[in-house]
Amino acid sequence: MSVRGFHLTLGLIGGGYVALVAAMLLADLLATSPGHLLDAFRAPEIRAALALSLVSSAVTTVLAVATGVPLGYLLARSRFPGRGLVELLVDVPLVLPPLVVGVSLLLVMRGPFGRAVQDVIPLVYEPAGVVLAQFAVCGAFATRSLRATFAQLSPRTEQVARTLGCSPWQAFRLVTLPEASRGILAAATLTWARAFGEFGPVLVFAGVTRSKTEVLPTTIYLELSVGHLETALAVSLVMVAVAFAVLLTLRRIAPETPA
Amino acid sequence: MIELRDIAVRQGAFNLARVTLRVEAGAHAVVMGPTGCGKTTLLEVIAGLRDPVSGRVLLHGVDVTDVDPAARRVGYVPQEAAVFRTMTVRANLAFGLAIRRRDSAAAVAVLAERLKLTHLLDRRSVGLSGGEAQRVALGRALAFGPCVLLLDEPFNAADAATRADLIALLKDERERRALTVLHVTHDRSDAAGADVVLDNLFGASGG
Repeated sequence: MSVRGFHLTLGLIGGGYVALVAAMLLADLLATSPGHLLDAFRAPEIRAALALSLVSSAVTTVLAVATGVPLGYLLARSRFPGRGLVELLVDVPLVLPPLVVGVSLLLVMRGPFGRAVQDVIPLVYEPAGVVLAQFAVCGAFATRSLRATFAQLSPRTEQVARTLGCSPWQAFRLVTLPEASRGILAAATLTWARAFGEFGPVLVFAGVTRSKTEVLPTTIYLELSVGHLETALAVSLVMVAVAFAVLLTLRRIAPETPA
Repeated sequence: MIELRDIAVRQGAFNLARVTLRVEAGAHAVVMGPTGCGKTTLLEVIAGLRDPVSGRVLLHGVDVTDVDPAARRVGYVPQEAAVFRTMTVRANLAFGLAIRRRDSAAAVAVLAERLKLTHLLDRRSVGLSGGEAQRVALGRALAFGPCVLLLDEPFNAADAATRADLIALLKDERERRALTVLHVTHDRSDAAGADVVLDNLFGASGG
C-alpha cells in the first residue's frame, strides 16, 4: 500500500470521531437561533457566569500548574518511599465520578481542618469554592501531563548544569524549567479546558446560586432543568466559542512543531 | 590528579565493584571498555552526580566524595553532549562563568575560535549537528576553568579532521591550565593523544 493509501485508511478510521464532534456542534447550532445567542449574551446572570468561568478556570490553571510542576518533577525524576502510593492518589480524581469529588470536598470541609480553612476563606457555596472544586479535579490532569513532560526530558542537561556550578534550584530554574516550557504550556491548556467545562464538583460543592457561584456549565444545567433548551444550547455555543479563542491563542504561543 | 579508591556503585542489577585508578595531574588518560561496562557511571561518580556505595574520590589530593558537584570544578562532557537547547551557543559556552557572575566575553571568544564555533555563537542550540553539539559541550565544560575534564566518548560524532583538531586542542588546554583529562571510550583509535591507556579497569568486576 502506498503512503497515500496508508494515510487515507488512518484518516477514515480517525475521521469518524472528528465527524461525530462536528455533527454534535452542528446539531447544537441548528437547535438554537441567533436570537437566543444574542439573548444569552445580554442576560446579566449569564454574563456574570461567563466572567466567573473565565476567572475561576484561570486561577485553577495557575494553581494546578504551580502544584503540578513540583509534583510532576518529583514523580518523574525522584525515587522516594511511597512514590507508588502518591502516583495512585494523584490519579484518584481522574477515576472518581465528578459528583463524588464534590461530596468528598464537602465532607472534608465538615472536619476540623476544613472548618479552620472555612474560617479564613469561606468556600462551601461560595465563589472561591468554584476554584477549589475545579482544582480538585484539574490538579490531577496537570500533574499527569507535567510528569510526562519531565519524564521525556533527559536529566543530563540538569546534571551538566550542576557540574558547571549550579545549585539544584538554579539548575532547575535555568535549564530544566525552560526546557519544559512547551510541556508546561500544553499542561496549562489541558487544565484550563478541563476547568472551564468542569461541572459535577462545582455543582455539589459551590452550589448553583445565580450570579454568585454560577459558572457556564451551571447555567446550562439550570436552563435545561427549566426546559429552556435553546438558551442552554446558546450558552453551550458561547462556551465553545470562548474555548476556541483561548485554545487558539495558546497554540499560537506554543506551536506544536519545534521552531 | 584524579584518584579513585575502591569505588563501588550499585544501580539496580548493575554493579561496579572496587574500581581503583589514578591519573596524574596534567595527564590525559583513556579508559577503554565495551559498551555497558560502567564507564559512564564512573564519570558520574567523579563528577559527583552519582554516590558510590563505598570508596573515595580524590581530586588533586582533596577528598571530594561528599562534595557537591557544583563545587568540584569538574568539566563534564556527556556522550549525548546535552547542550542547553533553549539557549544560544554563546550562552552555553558562557554558562559556567555566568553562574559564578564572572565576565565571560573574552573566554567565550577564544574558545569559540578554537572550537570553530564563532559563526554559530548567536544561534540557538537546537538543530546543531552532532559534531557541533559535541564542540559546544566541550567548550562549555572548559570555559569556567575546571581542574579536571571528563569526556564520555567525545569523538563519536567528529570526522577525522575535527578529531585531530580536538585532540590538539585538548593537549594545548592541558599544558596551559594543568588540566587533568579522563576520557572513556570503546574505540581504540580514540586513544590517540592520550598518555595513559587503562585497559582492564573493569575486567575484575565483570560488569
